[in-house]
Amino acid sequence: MIKSWRKIYAKNDNIKAYTLLSPALILVILAMVVPMVLMLSFSMFTQVSMMEIDYTFTFQRYIDFFQKNLLVTLLIKSIKISFLVTLITLITAYPVCYYIAFYVKKNKMLWLVLLTLPFWTSYLLRVFSWKIILGTKGVINSSLINAGILNEPLTFLMYSETAVVITLTHAWAAFALLPLYVSLDKIDFSFIEAGRDLGLSRFEVFWKITFPLSLPGVIGAILIIFIPTVGDYVTPALLGGIEGRMLSNMIQAYFGKINNIPMGAASATIMLTTVVLITIIVSNVTKRLTQRLT
Amino acid sequence: MNNSFIQINNISKHFADVKAVDDVSFEIKEGEFFSLLGPSGCGKTTLLRLLAGFEYPTSGNLLIDGTDITALPPDKRPTNMVFQNYAIFPHLNVEKNIQFGLRKLGLSNDEIDKRVKNVLSLVKLEGYEERFSNQLSGGQRQRVALARALVRQPKVLLLDEPLGALDKKLRDEMQLELRTLQKNIGITFVFVTHDQQEAISMSDRVAVMNEGKIQQLSEPNELYKNPENIFVSDFIGETNFLKAETKSRDGDFINVSIEGLGEFKIKNNLNIVENSSDVVCSIRPESMMISKVKSDWDICLDAKICQTSYLGEMTRFYVEAKGIEKIITVSSQHFDNQSFENNECFISISLEDISLLNKK
Amino acid sequence: MNEKNNTLLIYTLLYFGFLYVPVLFLPIFSFNDANFMSFPLAGFTTEHYEEMWSKRNLHKALWASIKVGVVASVVSTTIALFAAKAFARYKFRGEKISYGGIMMPFLIPEIILAVAILVIWVNLGFKLGLVPVTIGHTLFCTPFAMLILIARIEGFDFSLEEASRDLGENAWGTFFRVSFPLYLPGIIAALLLSFIISFDEFILAFFLTGSDATLPMYMWGQMRFVQKLPHVLALGAVIIVFTTFIVLLAFWLRNVGQGKAKKDITMKL
Repeated sequence: MIKSWRKIYAKNDNIKAYTLLSPALILVILAMVVPMVLMLSFSMFTQVSMMEIDYTFTFQRYIDFFQKNLLVTLLIKSIKISFLVTLITLITAYPVCYYIAFYVKKNKMLWLVLLTLPFWTSYLLRVFSWKIILGTKGVINSSLINAGILNEPLTFLMYSETAVVITLTHAWAAFALLPLYVSLDKIDFSFIEAGRDLGLSRFEVFWKITFPLSLPGVIGAILIIFIPTVGDYVTPALLGGIEGRMLSNMIQAYFGKINNIPMGAASATIMLTTVVLITIIVSNVTKRLTQRLT
Repeated sequence: MNNSFIQINNISKHFADVKAVDDVSFEIKEGEFFSLLGPSGCGKTTLLRLLAGFEYPTSGNLLIDGTDITALPPDKRPTNMVFQNYAIFPHLNVEKNIQFGLRKLGLSNDEIDKRVKNVLSLVKLEGYEERFSNQLSGGQRQRVALARALVRQPKVLLLDEPLGALDKKLRDEMQLELRTLQKNIGITFVFVTHDQQEAISMSDRVAVMNEGKIQQLSEPNELYKNPENIFVSDFIGETNFLKAETKSRDGDFINVSIEGLGEFKIKNNLNIVENSSDVVCSIRPESMMISKVKSDWDICLDAKICQTSYLGEMTRFYVEAKGIEKIITVSSQHFDNQSFENNECFISISLEDISLLNKK
Repeated sequence: MNEKNNTLLIYTLLYFGFLYVPVLFLPIFSFNDANFMSFPLAGFTTEHYEEMWSKRNLHKALWASIKVGVVASVVSTTIALFAAKAFARYKFRGEKISYGGIMMPFLIPEIILAVAILVIWVNLGFKLGLVPVTIGHTLFCTPFAMLILIARIEGFDFSLEEASRDLGENAWGTFFRVSFPLYLPGIIAALLLSFIISFDEFILAFFLTGSDATLPMYMWGQMRFVQKLPHVLALGAVIIVFTTFIVLLAFWLRNVGQGKAKKDITMKL
């Protein structure tokens, strides 16, 4: 009996693999899937008073969400900000990765480690350091006033959408740099030489060969930046002010001050759904676009 | 001597849809140097891994020295393996690598030291105890792998293309050395290789495999002289295939009509049926004779040389003969490429050098 | 490509500036003898650093972060080690879905994870505190640890494990005598980086700590008060130096004995 079990075990890679995976899968199920399902069900309850929840199923919270202008505006603003951040991060990071992949010959690893190093320092502190730079009495304003260029501090720097976008672009840079670099570095340089050999200009080589081949990295970067930034809380809370507020700040309020858990759960669910939908659309559109390019 | 020391009974191993080993049965003798020979993907390595216990058969069973080992894990089997890439533990030095498998044997420290010392001298690696894998050459690594397996005194040593990673000269040297070693210690060796020359020069017996099946199991010279089918004939050495058709039988002989040559009475070793066109004739290039004048051999053909290549110890001629569709290859040590006028020559064949084979 | 491209080089260096300069303001102002973070600098002082010694809440928060970080990194690295082995070693049905599932916590907005855990934890009748934070951090660190370990294990020669089995070791013996020592640099790198992620994590802690603040929570609390900012700067500077050191150590370990070919897998992180 024992022998035959051992034989089945030894024979079957599926069983072996899932034995090894089981702790991780149990963790994900218990700490993520189950809580999220519960959150989903809470989004269909009603908060009656501070401590009391009515457990009859209703879609009222979702209707409420779309009837409240504020929430819809915040959702749209979150998406807009994330979209801008993703776009700016990609455009600014791409040339850097291109340079390291194709022009740097020695110590590529060192360059990459240096690029990703700031990412590992506390997110909170990185965001906070932008407060030092952009604040009313911060680095930029105090320098400009000292230099006699300004009399009054620039107020639009702080507590604005711009502040949020700049800070997020800085904070998520590493997530664009790595996938982009990996996909660019994989490109065999002889493809580019072949393109030149076959009479394409530098520009054409880039659009017809290099860029399409780096697309997995581009899509990876889009996914990995867009999704988490939609739900960012710290940056808008520290630097956004009223103008830069995003949906997460509202979700936090529902679970905190306002104490309307079903409404918070519904908002979180809507955020997640939107994010998933947009990601699918974006990655598909990008794929199509390249197919047309090539 | 135990003639059925290793018994392989109806062993099959399927990976998804692929039958890597397909209902194979044979026996290996005690103390034999046995080779599994075949092209890559023929199932020889899978068969070796089944013996080692890294794979378990889909069906069939395996016995070593009378014990059923089919369901035993690798650590419970009386076999040890020399891996293709040697698999020397990079975090341990040579001595620790060799001692690795002794811990579980319950030996005294003195005994361990003695065994390690002996095996080191056996593979001529004295003085290398402290080295690590990355400080060794390919040949030395191979010796460590060998020592590490032999120190456990296994009943069977399994070798998975151990010479494949070495350069030609070192490979020839190691072939000789392995053979001598095996003779001296008398352990059964099961040796996997895709190199026919290697298998033929080292082994007592060779099993030629293709598509998961044993094509022929015999002594090396038999493989060359009397291939049992078209695959073996083609895989071992070089050969010319001529179209043929069998006629009537005559005792141990059979009448065969061969393209371009005519009808002859040939020995029918493989018991081939009468009146079949599903047969071919195989003639080795070196069994034919090329000459400027006619000979008195069984068959002598008018032919024309279309190409020659000089190979040092011999010259290879590619010739055209009337009635034969394909170009025939003939090797000769006596002529070089300048010997023939107008490329005209005679090709002589002796009947006993023609072997008749089934197409399938 | 043999030519140089100076335009791109200058751009790249500027980009490095963009990445590094903001972070450097923290240590600069932490030595500044003023409550405002503005130029010109007022004078050099270490007073903000000395101040840290007297803050009892800071010590408590530091201790809480260390506890959470150690537990989360050890548990997540252990879980990730098994999972990484499964992905690096076997081909199996449902491989992609399992991989996606385990990577999920790393991808979806953290606030959603935080809220979901909050809802279930409170409804199970448990008190908020370091326990749910640790669970959240373990969940969040596992994908990171797994990526690092997969990179390490993928280049691993599995015939070494077979050789060990062949030489009479059982599965456990093989793990302890062969696999573990060879994975060790990767394991330590995963432990260190997971610890750093947990140590710096804010959102999950923000929703789940209740009254037991972790270090980022403590800083968050202090950031609101202008007069307390300088010592947050000092604390931040210490944290940045500490993290940089640990991360460089981890990067170095991750590459110990790693071939060039494995580099790009390593860089997935």
